[in-house]
Amino acid sequence: MSGADPIRLYRTVRLIRRFEERAIELVRSGHIVGGIHPYLGQEGIAAGVCAALRPDDVVAGTHRGHGHVLAKGADPGQMMAELCGRVTGLNRGRGGSMHAADFAVGVLGANAIVGAGGAIVTGAVWARRRRGEDLVGVSFLGDGAVNEGMLLEAFNLAALWRVPVLFVCENNGYATTMPVADAVAGSIVARAEAFGIRASTVDGQDPAAVHAATAAALARMRADGAPEFLEARTFRFDAHHTFEHAVRLDYRSPEEVARGRSRDPVRIAGSRLSAVERTAVDADVEAVLEAAVAQALAAAEPDPATALDYLYASGLTARTGGG
Amino acid sequence: MPRLSYRKALNRALADELARDEEVFLLGEDIRVAASAVTAGLLKRFGPERVRDTPLSEQAFTSFATGAALVGARPVVEFQIPALLFLVFEQIVNHAHKFPLMTGGQCAVPVTYLVPGSGSRTGWAGQHSDHPYSLFAHAGVTTVVPATPADAYGLLVSAIRCDDPVVVFAPAAAMELRAEVSDPVPVPLGRGRVHRSGDDVTVVAVGHLVHDALAVADELAGEVSVEVFDPRTLYPFDWEGLLSSVARTGRLVVVDDSNRSCGIAGEVIATVVEQVRLHAPPRRVTRPDGAVLPFAPALDRAVQPGRELLRQAIAHVSKDG
Repeated sequence: MSGADPIRLYRTVRLIRRFEERAIELVRSGHIVGGIHPYLGQEGIAAGVCAALRPDDVVAGTHRGHGHVLAKGADPGQMMAELCGRVTGLNRGRGGSMHAADFAVGVLGANAIVGAGGAIVTGAVWARRRRGEDLVGVSFLGDGAVNEGMLLEAFNLAALWRVPVLFVCENNGYATTMPVADAVAGSIVARAEAFGIRASTVDGQDPAAVHAATAAALARMRADGAPEFLEARTFRFDAHHTFEHAVRLDYRSPEEVARGRSRDPVRIAGSRLSAVERTAVDADVEAVLEAAVAQALAAAEPDPATALDYLYASGLTARTGGG
Repeated sequence: MPRLSYRKALNRALADELARDEEVFLLGEDIRVAASAVTAGLLKRFGPERVRDTPLSEQAFTSFATGAALVGARPVVEFQIPALLFLVFEQIVNHAHKFPLMTGGQCAVPVTYLVPGSGSRTGWAGQHSDHPYSLFAHAGVTTVVPATPADAYGLLVSAIRCDDPVVVFAPAAAMELRAEVSDPVPVPLGRGRVHRSGDDVTVVAVGHLVHDALAVADELAGEVSVEVFDPRTLYPFDWEGLLSSVARTGRLVVVDDSNRSCGIAGEVIATVVEQVRLHAPPRRVTRPDGAVLPFAPALDRAVQPGRELLRQAIAHVSKDG
């Protein structure tokens, strides 16, 4: 398995980084309501994992899901428009940050419920493989999700029924404010191993290492159909959610944050490019995001009369709430 | 004319849809051996890929079905016990139901959730005797409660073909019914059925209670002319059909095996009185507020809506006005 293109990896982590920084600006300016869960610091995981996937593979993301959606290939302009609640958004302004989805590129959705994606992606991969397709799936999850019973049940189904899903645990050390040490008995990888799932740990701050681990796992999975589990150790550079910018929560010391931020996936990936290459990528990413923000802010907000559109795929019309 | 049992009607609907559409498959506990009998013979005919026994992991296999549906499959998930729906309420309401809107119409979630044996099964007590159809109607999930073998067949077929999630409650008290059905056909969702025409009172009866309503209507035939309206689908409800009945009779009783607060009977009455000036205040016969079915048979029966209470309600609305 050849390594990933360093320029591609750098471009993806840089894109996610700058996307999140621009999104935080839009939260502050009031253009994104409700706030976001920034993926800052964890970019190497989405970038490394998705670089090893094929376009027909599917992923399910988390509440901290912008990186997964972008790395799998969604358009940044449509993604930004979605965060701004515009009709041109990926979900036509119906989903927002925590539900951004792009089925056309295999993103079955970010998901606001911790641990929910595992069983969904397992079912999706199983159903498509039954038709003879040889795709695999990825379920991104956080360290908090390993305590959700539904996810452990999904491990069991994927292993029993040999559904090739890579469960990628982004262990950033905290479930919101709860440290892993206070929340997880035993070890995270042992949860998967207990179901007979091959499990390993990788440095989530290095996108090339994540890519290599993912590519090796996917090669085994495509060969034998079994699921795998990859724990990517990482650090969340910013808040759990942007609401934390206004309400300081005391759970990580400044020293811990400084130490965590010292291993920056964007710098690590960037160090593998020449200065000229890096500058070119940076300029390209800036242009893409400038256009993304401009397009998002120029796009129309949905008409309130369409609030119940898409509620039923069958065409059923719901009664409205009026008197 | 051949006689078809309610249970066999469900079985035949599953078999017909499995045969018609490769994307249909079944998931559930003990369905290979057909513990509830509705999947009898299906393993042999369709194989273990399409008749999938699951471990006791209701939440995961319910969301597994959602995932399969998102990519075009049409899973039917069987729950042997109605209370298991409480365990997967999140997976159905917060995921399957919400995906189409939340994704801006990028997907459909055509999953059928089948509960063969909902409501009291006499002697199965508190945790196996619920009838939580109003909960799903409240959430806006398509909810059907067939009363007869023909409707059991026809509504289950339509549920499987529907592009949205549908919960099918097959009341335990109806599962042993038999009826003459020559050639069962799909029954449209959202369309009620007048089982018996009448001029004086409309009785809306849900599921197995349709048969109690018909029996009471027969008994009262000399005194009061009762129209028995079976909504069949609780959500979306056939308001047009019901309103045209009540507009003629001007009197309304609802008999519903839900707990009283926020049960479907309350919704039926509210909707009717918003639109029709009745001759007398309407009545509903339901389980009590917060009902937990006690074990002893006499206690179990005491908290279910029954014929005596229905007779009283009909007498009440007939007297007033």
